[in-house]
Amino acid sequence: MIPAAFEYKRPLSLEEAISQLAEHGYDARVLAGGQSLIPAMRYRLAQPAVLVDINKLPNMAYLQEENGMLRIGALVRDTDVEFNLDIHRRYHLISDVSKVVADPIVRYRGTVVGSLCHNDPSGDWAAAAIAARAQMVVQGKTGSRVEDIDRFLVDSFATSIGEGELAVEARFPTPNERTSGAYEKIERKVGDYATAAAAVQIELSPDGTIKEAGIGITAVAHMALRVAEGEKILRGQKPSMELIRAAAEEARKIADPNPDARGSAEYKKDMARVLVGRGLIKALGRLGVVVA
Amino acid sequence: MEITLNINGTLKKLNVEPRTLLAHAIRDSGLTGTHIGCDSSSCGVCTVVLDGKTAVKSCTMFAVQAEGYAITTIEGMAQGGKLHPLQQAFYDQHGLQCGYCTPGMIMAAHALLQHNPNPSEEEIRFGLSGNLCRCTGYQNIVKAVQQAAQMLQQPASSAADD
Repeated sequence: MIPAAFEYKRPLSLEEAISQLAEHGYDARVLAGGQSLIPAMRYRLAQPAVLVDINKLPNMAYLQEENGMLRIGALVRDTDVEFNLDIHRRYHLISDVSKVVADPIVRYRGTVVGSLCHNDPSGDWAAAAIAARAQMVVQGKTGSRVEDIDRFLVDSFATSIGEGELAVEARFPTPNERTSGAYEKIERKVGDYATAAAAVQIELSPDGTIKEAGIGITAVAHMALRVAEGEKILRGQKPSMELIRAAAEEARKIADPNPDARGSAEYKKDMARVLVGRGLIKALGRLGVVVA
Repeated sequence: MEITLNINGTLKKLNVEPRTLLAHAIRDSGLTGTHIGCDSSSCGVCTVVLDGKTAVKSCTMFAVQAEGYAITTIEGMAQGGKLHPLQQAFYDQHGLQCGYCTPGMIMAAHALLQHNPNPSEEEIRFGLSGNLCRCTGYQNIVKAVQQAAQMLQQPASSAADD
């Protein structure tokens, strides 16, 4: 299958990219890794008039810590994360996700920021960004703004990026030594959309109670969702199986999946619950807390 | 638009539309070893390697985007009439039946071995999980990659066997 024709732009600077995006407005799409966009174009689900290919922009492939944040530039590929040993040691949630996005070949080309901008209802990074309380940096003609992930992710395949704007960076808070996370995903085969998936992150207080919790679920609604009620149940409490069950149940309550060949709506709702529970047990285990 | 692609060390001037997929450009240039399988970015048979270490599905990249990279296809693996260790190992281990997935398997394995020269069986299965084979059940493919990894770590002995 061959995509519809489009005008191809290959800006060599951020300013040039922004001005091309401003000129063409919503007729233009940004091409980063292209691992979702190009298949969509081949199926003619997407037919952008103009493609602005940002792959030649300088200084966009950085993956570095600064001021308590992991800064992920717009051209950081999934494999840049997957092959980074320091990420696996310290960013447990990101580490888990980096091994299960799409398939190994897609990960060589796909980008973290591009996935967040695509905001597929089954996206892996969106759930992780919700659980980790990530932020996005969006660049426009007159400057940049930093947006919390909950504001950035608007609806299925929609974000807060406006005309003439480009998402240039995702920021994940650097976990302290009492913080861990996990990503649990059920898929029929590698590379398929998830049947259901859950991202969790937990920060413990020195006294062993849960100081902060983040829960994101994906593939079970019109977009990745924050399980805010589940987070509330966990906060301030001492970890226990009963507590985890109660928090996980909140994921089942808000999941609103479409039934398809991967499972019935009822099954997927229950899997959202199960996966949040498993994720919480794994994250706590990584902090040396065995719940009973 | 006119583009120049470096495919297996040869510069090729090609006239393509922006929407021309890399897989089609490679095949139209006469190199038909790169296969197209699924048309949905799912099967991995069109995998080629950029700059010696980055495996990409050539059906999920526009030809124009591949300018400036050194592209390796299956035809670029054998050197001086001698099979690359991965090709020799697929031959020795019978790592194929119909052979349709083989170019993609070999290119994906090539990139895998650049990042992990001595992978475990599990790591090989994980690394090739984006490539589908509908014939073999993967057993001999995994064995072939194990053999190739050994051959590549002992270049002297593999060079002596002809």
